Amino acid sequence: MAGKAKQGSKSRGEAGPLGDDVRSDLHVAVEIVDSGGTHVEIRSKVGAMYGDSIRESAEAVLKALGVRDARVQIDDQGGLPFTVAARVEAAARRAGAGTHTHVKGDPRPERAVEREGPTARDRLRRSRLYLPGNQPKLMVNAGLHHPDGVILDLEDSVHPDEKDAARLVVRNAIRCLDFMGAERMVRINQLPLGFEDLKAVVPEGPDLILIPKVEDAQQVTDVDERIRGIRANEGDGHVIWLMPILESALGIENAFEVASAAETVVALTVGLEDYTADLGVVKTQTGAESLYARTRLVNAARAAGVQAIDSVYGDVGNVEGLREWALRSRALGFEGMGCIHPRQIEPIHEAFAPTAEEIDKALTIVAAFDDAQAKGLGVVRLGTKMVDPPVVLRAQRLVENARRMGLA
Amino acid sequence: MSKNPEFIENAVGRRVPTVVNGKDQIPFLGVGAAEPRGFKHAPPIRSCRDYAGDGDKRAPDLKTALQQCGLEDGMTISTHHHLRDGDAVALMALNAAAELGVKDLMWFPSASFPSHAPVIDLMDGGVVHHIEGSMNGPLGRYCSEGKMRGMGVLRSHGGRWQAIQDGEVHIDIAVVAAPTADSFGNADGSHGPSACGSLGFALADSIYADHVIVVTDNLVPFPCIPWQIQGNNVDVVVEVDSIGDPAKIVSGTTQITKSPERLLVAEYVARFLKDAGIMRDGFSFQAGAGGIALAFVEFLKEQMKEAGVRARFVRGGSTQYLVDLLNEGLTDYILDGQTFDLAAVESIGANPRHVATSPFTSYNYHGKGNFASMVDAVVLGATEVDVNFNANVNTHSDGVLLHGIGGWQNCLFSGCTILALPSFRDRIPVLVDEVTTMTGPGELIDVIVCERGIAINPLRSDLSDRVRDSSLPIRPIEDIKAEVERLVGGPPAKARLSEDPVAVIKWVDGTVLDTVWKVTDY
Repeated sequence: MAGKAKQGSKSRGEAGPLGDDVRSDLHVAVEIVDSGGTHVEIRSKVGAMYGDSIRESAEAVLKALGVRDARVQIDDQGGLPFTVAARVEAAARRAGAGTHTHVKGDPRPERAVEREGPTARDRLRRSRLYLPGNQPKLMVNAGLHHPDGVILDLEDSVHPDEKDAARLVVRNAIRCLDFMGAERMVRINQLPLGFEDLKAVVPEGPDLILIPKVEDAQQVTDVDERIRGIRANEGDGHVIWLMPILESALGIENAFEVASAAETVVALTVGLEDYTADLGVVKTQTGAESLYARTRLVNAARAAGVQAIDSVYGDVGNVEGLREWALRSRALGFEGMGCIHPRQIEPIHEAFAPTAEEIDKALTIVAAFDDAQAKGLGVVRLGTKMVDPPVVLRAQRLVENARRMGLA
Repeated sequence: MSKNPEFIENAVGRRVPTVVNGKDQIPFLGVGAAEPRGFKHAPPIRSCRDYAGDGDKRAPDLKTALQQCGLEDGMTISTHHHLRDGDAVALMALNAAAELGVKDLMWFPSASFPSHAPVIDLMDGGVVHHIEGSMNGPLGRYCSEGKMRGMGVLRSHGGRWQAIQDGEVHIDIAVVAAPTADSFGNADGSHGPSACGSLGFALADSIYADHVIVVTDNLVPFPCIPWQIQGNNVDVVVEVDSIGDPAKIVSGTTQITKSPERLLVAEYVARFLKDAGIMRDGFSFQAGAGGIALAFVEFLKEQMKEAGVRARFVRGGSTQYLVDLLNEGLTDYILDGQTFDLAAVESIGANPRHVATSPFTSYNYHGKGNFASMVDAVVLGATEVDVNFNANVNTHSDGVLLHGIGGWQNCLFSGCTILALPSFRDRIPVLVDEVTTMTGPGELIDVIVCERGIAINPLRSDLSDRVRDSSLPIRPIEDIKAEVERLVGGPPAKARLSEDPVAVIKWVDGTVLDTVWKVTDY
């Protein structure tokens, strides 16, 4: 994108969308020149209210990148501060700043939310909401819908030419946005491009990294080591979990090895678009063609002691279809699935929740077990029936899950 | 505009002019404080002996009709917005006046729309002196920039009836666009190629104006049934090819919002009505045709079905969604103030339980009561709300006139007034320290619902008590505001406004609630 210079200017870079239909985003053009200081020109629909703030933000980012002389044109449609900083930085870097010039500081915006401690290894992961990495507008309110996790996606939802810009948006979003208790996940690109993503986002301490198109354990250990290396500089012991995505026949074959590859793997999930493409079959509403892959994944995940998480349901308008898919998914042993729209979250949470009947029955079994324990009896009885230990274990697990969902 | 207007501080601390367009004004005294005295305004006495015995009042064109009605310089011409952005009659009438060479008219529309932007040329050319009515789009900007010779006066639908009835505004000639009419002047809005539903906004004008002209593109032999406007009040009937663009008069379908955040707001509103016990058998509510309001109706409908609850009446802004409630037996009546889409127009024409109302029945301050205060809950929008629950629907945060008042002020008198809105738009916070323009005093605004939570006016501790056990995110308004400001990078810089008033916001009783100031930089 960095165009070649006209006379007197070193180079030029642009970033962000342009046009009247753009909402909550901005376009920035930076031209680095030889002298004359930095001039920022702003056209903004919120100029009367936030013009000064936009100017300060742009100047701070440029200064941090070591840019002293530049002409900057900003066309703003109400971008929030984390977006303003990301777009100015992307444009400046595309103009060569930060590589050709000496970096004096760090262009990251001021941290707006406190970094939270690591999430629990076995926390609820019923729903994870995909957020395209280059669309800051969709990130701002994501937490309001209370998904168990948000995925800031740098992979398939971001155009290859925009990976650098999206990385900055995602980095700033983790730094500045409150996702209201949702686990903050980032889907990186396929390796080796994914290593660049890790460099940008890992210092911000996201909770979990999704690794796409994993086919063997080595890919997982590579990512894990790279994360440890970056986190070592931070020196706070913050653990970042991993969720490998299996998206091919080979990946499914190696599911157990992948799930066992690193201590930090907490879940396995599957990408059905790529998987069905690899198989050369059509992806259907009921998913019969991927049943083997999904049950194999569930088994491997359980064997490795990690969660099995299902793919997404693509038809946003079809709530009933989603509900049915999610109920089947739970019946197969999955503990959650992806969402591509906030309205999918509630039906998914409902589907992955145990029913009131199941909870009642489980509570009765657990009570009978506790009673037997208290009396020192080896056999648990419910009325005239004997209850086997695995039934007790399943009941205990169900009750624990129901408590975490606030249902028992 | 007076060069050195005098100002006075009203009961809510807003600086308002004491004289507007040469008329003395009463500053806002407080809700329910104004005590009107005297007698209602009346049109001149007429006699049937002066009108054709066969009932045929047709004139060949609007110019002739205006002449027959004695059009002169400085008169007030009124038109109405039941054809919304598709209306062609207002411009037709004002252009005919221009061709007759008159000057300095006051245009008194019940509301104006972007399609009325050419009135700017008539103001530049001296034909129209100023507008008393809603101004938005290019007209709003023209007024905000101080280019209008007189001051704009913005009134609610109820306030417009009040002003006509107590003589604050004297209408010389009312021009009523009629989707169907007969040559006697009986007129109806629910039938014809340009059908729009109710003609309620024109009713006051038809009763109180000195002269009334009905303009129709669907002349039927006497009698025109139903007669929403009675021919006995009408002087002249003019037949034209088209009164407007049907595609812009009603929308084919009204659209529910797709925004996840707005859907969340709508869902919160519906759940609030349930948790507060307002949604119960025989209840009533009013919701407009905005994206959030429509979605709210859909969420409420599901809840009503689940709970087996039926409303006695709903008030619109009617749309497909209210019509569905009626047809599915979830409400006994629709009391319709304005008809927005094709399904609603068909329904009002065919279903006797879908009833046209007027600002007289719904909103009028000089009536012996009105429906607005009998509605259990109303869901409205706003451009700004402040921490004291005062709200602005008229100006953008930069001070530019953006919307009229509509029925908004009148609806504030419902049992539970809910403003449903996003907490910020793009980067602009909707929750602020102090509204740019006050359209409604906070004491009448009970609940703010936004995507980040629900704030209940501390004056309504009864409502707070009723939702004590609700799982809804009920929070102090200051908390939500602080959260939004953290997100958008601090409170917005204040709009830089001049000391020149360009318009006033009237309260429902005719007193002056606030002033709109000329914007300085744009």
